[in-house]
Amino acid sequence: MIGIVDYGRGNLRSVEKALEKVGYQAKIMNDPQELSEVDGLILPGVGAFADAMGALKIMDWIEPLTQFAHSGRPFLGICLGMQLLFEIGEEHGEHAGLGLLAGRVIKFPPGGKVPHMGWNSLNFEQSSRLLDGIPNQSDFYFVHSYYADPSESRDIIATSDYGIVFPAVVGRENVWGAQFHPEKSSPWGLKLLTNFGKLVNDNVALSSN
Amino acid sequence: MLSKRIIPCLDVHDGRVVKGTNFVQLRDAGDPVELAALYDKEGADELIFLDITASSDKRETMVDVVRRTAEQVFIPFTIGGGLRTIEDIRRMLRAGADKIALNTSAVQTPRLIQEGAHAFGSQCIVVAIDARSTAPGRWEVYIHGGRTATGRDVLEWAAEAEALGAGEILLTSMDRDGTKIGYELELTKAVSRAVSLPVIASGGVGTLEHLAEGLTLGEADAVLAASIFHYKEYSIEEAKRYLAERGILVRKTGGLV
Repeated sequence: MIGIVDYGRGNLRSVEKALEKVGYQAKIMNDPQELSEVDGLILPGVGAFADAMGALKIMDWIEPLTQFAHSGRPFLGICLGMQLLFEIGEEHGEHAGLGLLAGRVIKFPPGGKVPHMGWNSLNFEQSSRLLDGIPNQSDFYFVHSYYADPSESRDIIATSDYGIVFPAVVGRENVWGAQFHPEKSSPWGLKLLTNFGKLVNDNVALSSN
Repeated sequence: MLSKRIIPCLDVHDGRVVKGTNFVQLRDAGDPVELAALYDKEGADELIFLDITASSDKRETMVDVVRRTAEQVFIPFTIGGGLRTIEDIRRMLRAGADKIALNTSAVQTPRLIQEGAHAFGSQCIVVAIDARSTAPGRWEVYIHGGRTATGRDVLEWAAEAEALGAGEILLTSMDRDGTKIGYELELTKAVSRAVSLPVIASGGVGTLEHLAEGLTLGEADAVLAASIFHYKEYSIEEAKRYLAERGILVRKTGGLV
């Protein structure tokens, strides 16, 4: 079972339907207590960094999310959910994030149209099971005005180019982030969610041995 | 790099897709959810549903279309038509829409753009503008499905919508809508230059060359088309191949990967 964190920010239904489409059971959760019942977790999100962190704080998600990440179970942040994995967000002032990955979330430089909205291709920087079977240069659907700037380049799995090159997929151990919306990026986004589902199932099999 | 988008538009009346000429004379073109799923499979980059059912008691039909579409379609889709309040917007987003388009209500109540952007983010607020030429280089905003002139200048309204927090402009030339003689390129270019938001060109497409012109000469970020796809004059894949051959960056799908 894959949990989807409901903190009132994002189109959770799309993520749930996309997981169902590729054959995985998903559960929208608004109570951190339920984290013990799930084998993998998705943190979705649209909107502003500080507002989202505020909502997570009020609903008592911060500590349970950190514990979940440290439990070794697969954890995927999508769009703003990926940005929240980092230490600091610079949207409307400096705000602390979950700090599961090292780095900051910064604004696109002036010049191009913001938000970066539409389909853009990925450049794979390293191999990752999350990208199994997805061809390099495949297109995904993005909508965002800020991007993550990881302190450690080894956390960058794939990049994209929008005037500047920025991280599109990040990850370390069991924690991953996708700046685009896999649930809206048919067909390769569905493939990425399939891969995430496999990682969840494999982790269950491994833990029960 | 960012691709140009091809967006089929589905005008929905009473739960069925229809297409008219110059905003009247409706012809039936199928089930919206089936068509949406087909376009997703064929490689459409996004979809727009415009609910042209006038009466609000039929609104529930549209919510149902949205809900069923969200179960089968895994590309972004926008809902427009008759949305007047924050609650209307919330319902569509909750049902599974990614964006909503405001037209008449945005002109009559501009703060709806602001409140919508604040509550749900600019990325999901599309301002739809119906434009009619009044003089060379000048266009007027029309509302109520093109029936009411507002006296407002299109370029000024587009800039105001951006300032209020709109995330995208869906620009329809009423003079061209349904004519198949091509997008009004001067209008499209003028609006693209007046705002720093993505602009979707609409109204008048009849050939693949028109799509290319909208994206190059019209400087649009996306092109919307209805009848050329509904009536299978061209497939999405043919359109993408045509654009790619002309050096326009499009998303690689299906046979193009």
